[in-house]
Amino acid sequence: MVGGRPALGALAWFGGRGARAILYQGLVIAAIVALGYYLVSNTLENLASRNIATGFTFLDREAGFPIAEHAIDYTPESSYGRAYLVGILNTLQVSVIGIVLATILGTVIGIARLSSNWLIAWLASSYIEVMRNIPLILQLFFWYGLILALPGPREALEIIGGNVYLSNRGFAFALPAFDAVHRWALIFVAVGLMGTLALRFFSRWRQARTGRTFPLFWPSVALVLGPATILFVAAGAPLAWERPALSGFNIVGGGRLSPEFFALVFGLTTYTAAYIAEVVRAGILAVPKGQSEAAHALGLRRSHALRLVILPQALRLIVPPATNQYLNLTKNSSLAVGIGYQELVSVGNTTINQTGQAIEGIAMIMAVYLTISLTISAGMNLYNRHIALKGR
Amino acid sequence: MADRPTQAEPPPLARGPLAWARRHLFNTWYNAILTLGALYLIALGLKAAINWMIVNAVWTGSGADCHASMGEGACWALIAEKHRFILFGTYPYEEQWRPALAIGLFVVAAGLSTWRRLWSRALIASWFALLMVLALLLHGGVLGMSVVRTELWGGLPLTILLSVVGIGLSLPLAILLALGRRSSMPLIRAVSVGYIELVRGVPLISILFMASVMFPLFLPEGLTIDKLLRAQVGIILFSAAYLAEVVRGGLQAIPAGQYEAADALGLGYWRKMRLVILPQALKFVIPPLVNSFIATFKDTSLVIIIGLYDLLGAARTATNDPVWRAFTTEGYIFVAAIFFVFCSFMSRYSRRLERGTGERRSP
Repeated sequence: MVGGRPALGALAWFGGRGARAILYQGLVIAAIVALGYYLVSNTLENLASRNIATGFTFLDREAGFPIAEHAIDYTPESSYGRAYLVGILNTLQVSVIGIVLATILGTVIGIARLSSNWLIAWLASSYIEVMRNIPLILQLFFWYGLILALPGPREALEIIGGNVYLSNRGFAFALPAFDAVHRWALIFVAVGLMGTLALRFFSRWRQARTGRTFPLFWPSVALVLGPATILFVAAGAPLAWERPALSGFNIVGGGRLSPEFFALVFGLTTYTAAYIAEVVRAGILAVPKGQSEAAHALGLRRSHALRLVILPQALRLIVPPATNQYLNLTKNSSLAVGIGYQELVSVGNTTINQTGQAIEGIAMIMAVYLTISLTISAGMNLYNRHIALKGR
Repeated sequence: MADRPTQAEPPPLARGPLAWARRHLFNTWYNAILTLGALYLIALGLKAAINWMIVNAVWTGSGADCHASMGEGACWALIAEKHRFILFGTYPYEEQWRPALAIGLFVVAAGLSTWRRLWSRALIASWFALLMVLALLLHGGVLGMSVVRTELWGGLPLTILLSVVGIGLSLPLAILLALGRRSSMPLIRAVSVGYIELVRGVPLISILFMASVMFPLFLPEGLTIDKLLRAQVGIILFSAAYLAEVVRGGLQAIPAGQYEAADALGLGYWRKMRLVILPQALKFVIPPLVNSFIATFKDTSLVIIIGLYDLLGAARTATNDPVWRAFTTEGYIFVAAIFFVFCSFMSRYSRRLERGTGERRSP
């Protein structure tokens, strides 16, 4: 205590705020430790009496169950550890694709809600209303059910002249057959992208020194697409399409999206887009009108005003809640277990059922999601600091 | 009268529906194109929907009748046949007036609670009493009602019970967590932050799995609690973390002067919180609390994954019947409509409250 109370021995010490705080905290910690001890001792007893092994040695054992979609080699003979890895990769794949698509769709719908066209604004807000008021798992079941109700592969719906087949086995579509030239073209695009960055850097430097801007857009387009296009044409434009075709009872060839994957990505995207739309709308509305008027008064072109004045301010408000939605999408991808897409939770669930090692299984699922969440929020905080108002 | 200047007629197309359409739908050429395109798509969609849902739909009969018009019309005969199963799950057929009454009581109580004048401590107390009544009504064993085991509970009452109890019991825990997170004691703060961030970082499904497969291991041998209760505990623990952040928002919105005034009055920590801070903070966060309730209401449908039959689970079970298997879509639409009605009422209410509190803030 700063006030300087006359010392009255132990009683005064106890009456002091600092001492009481220590006591309370000690009690809370003691309660938590006691609860933990109670649970752990019960658990150990239960595990012993049910003959369930503990520890992570099961990860090396053969998994024995198939995983339909795997980004890395996997067979039922692979280990549980590898099965988990496949599950994690599937979760990440669905999340990343879902996030990209939901951002695009959500932005479009969010802007549509602000449209001066009454009908478009009404459509957008109805979409948001419907999507947000129905549980996601129900939506996933619904889309999955619709795909399964499509005709079988032999009567598959053919659209775009036999380049896309829709059936209850999923979507099959034509893919360009691989050619060595394609790889080189991609490398040229990558080099072009780096060139663009250098150009941007140069433009900033020149503007800072001379005040004159350097046109960026068209040179960048030329840099990224030009060399690759020239190479492609010079090589005789090697582009063969590998078309899907009916063979026996199934459709083979080309690319393929399974019903589970499609339903999951479609459901996650359309659901999350409704939330992102609200975030985008709020962000745009929050930029005062005076800002665009001021930009106009400075003589900035509309595109410049948008890019240099409006967007940076709107983004500052959009990014944090949007990141929250990205995290939600990632966590919601766990609902895939309901429609049988084998991502992390689904693989974990199968593992738990087979080995009985529930604690390890769930701990691994939680650890992965926590890692993803904490990584994204850490990145988010960095970005926030970067764009935050540099005030006094 | 005669020398009064005559009021100029408004120019043509300044008012009336045509003018409105011109201003809101056809003000620029691209808006005109958008409007026409949207109208065309809406017309197409409406035509298909009306044909499927009404014109070609089968309203009564058996699965066989539906199979005849499969693909062209909806099979509402499924709902006619199975609506009681979807609404009440496996609850004994003759006793289904009890869950029906429970739903009725809940809807009336929720309706009354939207009335601002009734907001008081007594209202909170009566909600707890109501929950007891609902649970007793479903469980039976009193007033000559037969006992119905919780494994048989299902459908809409289960959805309502899980979410109302979930929010009701997680709120006190959430308040403690929120206070803990703003506490000046580092250990208590660490425990609260750790819990909140841990739970918010993982999906609800993993918590429900934990509730269904890990809880039994935690308990002393011989003691088992039923699946419904375990799921309920999982939902409470999960939503407490989210509610804690909502409550924290309210606590942060209270001006420091209120804390100082309470200190100046010589109130201790708990009395300060109970009498001064929390009443204001909680009133402030009622709209986001309603939103959390909507989220929990929707989230309860995840209990299907651990094998409980809420509204969605019952609908899926109803269409497991081979005769009806082809018509799950109709079942889903029925359930979606129920969820939509409940959730959109609540979200409209929360938006109205938000506007309302905004206006009333300055005294």
